[in-house]
Amino acid sequence: MGKKMKAQVLFVLMSFVLILSGCNFNSSESSSEGTGSEGGEETAGQVLNVSAVADIPTMDSTKAHDGVAFTVLNNVNEGLYRQDENHEPIEALVAEHTENEDQTVHTFTLRDSKWSNGEPVTAQDFEYAWKRVMKDASPYNFMFVTASIKNAEAIMNEEMDAEELGVKAIDEKTLEVTLESANPLLQSLLTFPTFLPQNQKFVEEQGDQYALEAENLLFNGPFKLVEWTHEQGWKYEKNADYWDAEAVKLDTINAYVVKDSTTGVNLYETNKVDRVDLSSESVEQFKDDANFNTILEPSLIFLRFNHNHPVLGNKKVRQAVNMAIDKKSLTDVILKDGSTPLNGVVPAGFFTNPDGTDFRELNGDFNTGTVEEAQKLFAEGLKEAGVEDVTASINISDSDDHKKVAEYLQAQLEENLPGFKLEIKAVPFAQRLEIEKAIEYDLSLSSWGPDYSDPMTYLDMWLKDGSANRMDYHNPELDALVSQARTETDAAKRYEMLLNIEKILLEEDAAIAPLYQDGSAILMRDKIKGLIVHPTGATFSYKWTSIEE
Amino acid sequence: MKRYLIQRIGYMIITLFIIVTATFFLMQLLPGTPFTNPEKLTAGQMAVLNAKYGLDQPVGIQYLRYIGNLVQGDLGYSFQHEGRTVESMISSRIGPSAFIGLQALIIGAIVGMVLGIISALKHNSLFDYGSVALAVLGMSIPSFVFAALLQYYVGVKLGWLPVALWEGYSSTLLPSIALSVTVTATVARFIRSEMLEVIGQDYVITARAKGMTEKQVVVKHVIRNALIPVVTMLGPLAVSIMTGTLVIEKIFSVPGLGEQFTLSILVLDYSVIMGITIFYSALFIFVVFVVDIIYGFLDPRINFRGESA
Repeated sequence: MGKKMKAQVLFVLMSFVLILSGCNFNSSESSSEGTGSEGGEETAGQVLNVSAVADIPTMDSTKAHDGVAFTVLNNVNEGLYRQDENHEPIEALVAEHTENEDQTVHTFTLRDSKWSNGEPVTAQDFEYAWKRVMKDASPYNFMFVTASIKNAEAIMNEEMDAEELGVKAIDEKTLEVTLESANPLLQSLLTFPTFLPQNQKFVEEQGDQYALEAENLLFNGPFKLVEWTHEQGWKYEKNADYWDAEAVKLDTINAYVVKDSTTGVNLYETNKVDRVDLSSESVEQFKDDANFNTILEPSLIFLRFNHNHPVLGNKKVRQAVNMAIDKKSLTDVILKDGSTPLNGVVPAGFFTNPDGTDFRELNGDFNTGTVEEAQKLFAEGLKEAGVEDVTASINISDSDDHKKVAEYLQAQLEENLPGFKLEIKAVPFAQRLEIEKAIEYDLSLSSWGPDYSDPMTYLDMWLKDGSANRMDYHNPELDALVSQARTETDAAKRYEMLLNIEKILLEEDAAIAPLYQDGSAILMRDKIKGLIVHPTGATFSYKWTSIEE
Repeated sequence: MKRYLIQRIGYMIITLFIIVTATFFLMQLLPGTPFTNPEKLTAGQMAVLNAKYGLDQPVGIQYLRYIGNLVQGDLGYSFQHEGRTVESMISSRIGPSAFIGLQALIIGAIVGMVLGIISALKHNSLFDYGSVALAVLGMSIPSFVFAALLQYYVGVKLGWLPVALWEGYSSTLLPSIALSVTVTATVARFIRSEMLEVIGQDYVITARAKGMTEKQVVVKHVIRNALIPVVTMLGPLAVSIMTGTLVIEKIFSVPGLGEQFTLSILVLDYSVIMGITIFYSALFIFVVFVVDIIYGFLDPRINFRGESA
């Protein structure tokens, strides 16, 4: 009996050890673990510790579709252009750029640079990767249409073969890109990770293993991905072979996957990470901390109106809704997370005209007014629609933030607009989107993040039958202006058009009710300098980041 | 016994099949698409993608195709993690989940037994009341509350153990302790009441009358007999631990299966939802089966032949 017992205990212990061995502890860190000091060895040298909200879904640049992957790709690879500290495109692998007279044929001459296996980066690498995006109907293939690359739209609609895409390697160092029409945004769009090159030979050798692990990848950017433990984190090291290696100061970046925001704060407090995003609950606690900061985000939160609705289809009613909501209290009292009120469709702080003046400053606020004005407009609107009062429902996602906002809107509208009754219908995110696309709502609480760094990404949403319209809004004037602006290569003229598009949408039609612009509250150690947060594409650039004690 | 086993295994397969079928069809009722950026997809793109993944086919055909692949052991590819097989996603995450789960079960069982036994032996003492009160607290407060408290006080304030992340054995302790609280409370309460019942049984009185020492009576007769029903608790407890890990793994950034499961449902990653559901169901069914068998061995009153007849 005693022996049998011992054998059983031994068996349990053995199986325990076996499981432990299958636990994939993050090996790079287990060595430094147990020192218990306040990160003594971590502050020394150029080491940055960051957290990420999720694992990298894919490292294949042609398939990437989220901020996490875009960030890693942006820091380990190099395309034709790269976003600089002010999010403007600067030449990366491009040594020289020429274009024909009507700006539809662009010739890029590449500088000398190497992949991490020692092979040169060639024009063929670009041609291969770009055609691969189109061939596989990748999530971001629409970027090629946005960039007006020749035949992209036809390929996307399966009317043409991916081989017909308007990109061609003339020789190893020369890439020719043909456009459908001149596009003032081309350079800015080319910073997007979807346009990164790939080494055909390497990709094909790796087959279905390509990009699944750090060792199945090639790098040509400021850093190399040296470790990638799925769901736990990854590690970058400086790439000594990078063409601009002199500009890179950091030696190592450790990224940890942290999905819970409170956990992130606790890791920050124990010096495990150097920067953390705060949830609105934590803002109260840290708002007086020396390292606390709020930053503007380029996403827009707004109300969609169903333009077929008998009452909400009335412009005066929509204007009244716009004016009846106290947006400042919404952001400062209810949300408290760095968000700021927005009275336009293009967010503030990211987009400037050729002279450097902010878009919001140029176009000012739309549809603001007192509660009395709102009530007057509302009464007139109801009269025009031939009704005494209105009961509408609002379609929202069942997230905490959306619920808070919707309850606030309900209180505001019902109090400030007598006769307005708002019902809240909370559904899962995916369903909210389906309802929106089918236009089966009265009001919908929506958000929009930019695809590229230009006001147009917020303005061409409203085209008739545009896939982002989702409210049966139509103004032929707006449609005409958008298509003009798309090919206008005079920057000043084009900007004037963009300003006018917003005026049509909001001043003339009050088509939507913008609510606020997202913000985020962060804690970041002050020794970290030059960590660039981009509004579109990759979230972070580490190329210019340094640690200054 | 053999016949019983064969019959049981047959039922297990049928149960699993029903679960797979029900999940497959219920999943189709969820709104949305498994594709990665539905906000930006146009109707045309959606059609192309649906055709590429065979989602344009009638649900019945999709189901038959899925079952066909499943029988061959092919769980398919993830929609979210391009190019990764569902098998590889599950297998790389079982380790951490199983480790903190088992460790929690062991901690909980040991601490719970000790508390329960002492309470029963010192019935109506201050210790007894104290541990009963603790057990009630442990049962009623969800484990993620303990997790948050442990993380803040033990991890941040005292700095004894890592706050989160998965970097060596010490980082398994806080999640395991947080998870073990429910187990401890359940086991303690159960053992205590079982022991109190057994202490009053005839055979215990007989044992005492035989002149056995109190220690012998307690170890040989009371505790042994009180442990039998505890085995039946292990099944449900294992289940509660598995569901508990869903939140605990997120809080402590453990790269486990539970966290992945919730995420895959939120983003509608069809193949991953199916894969993990099948895995969890098979595990539950198996645990219940094993517990039944063990119970049969421990309790001579249970007769497998009687059930199958």
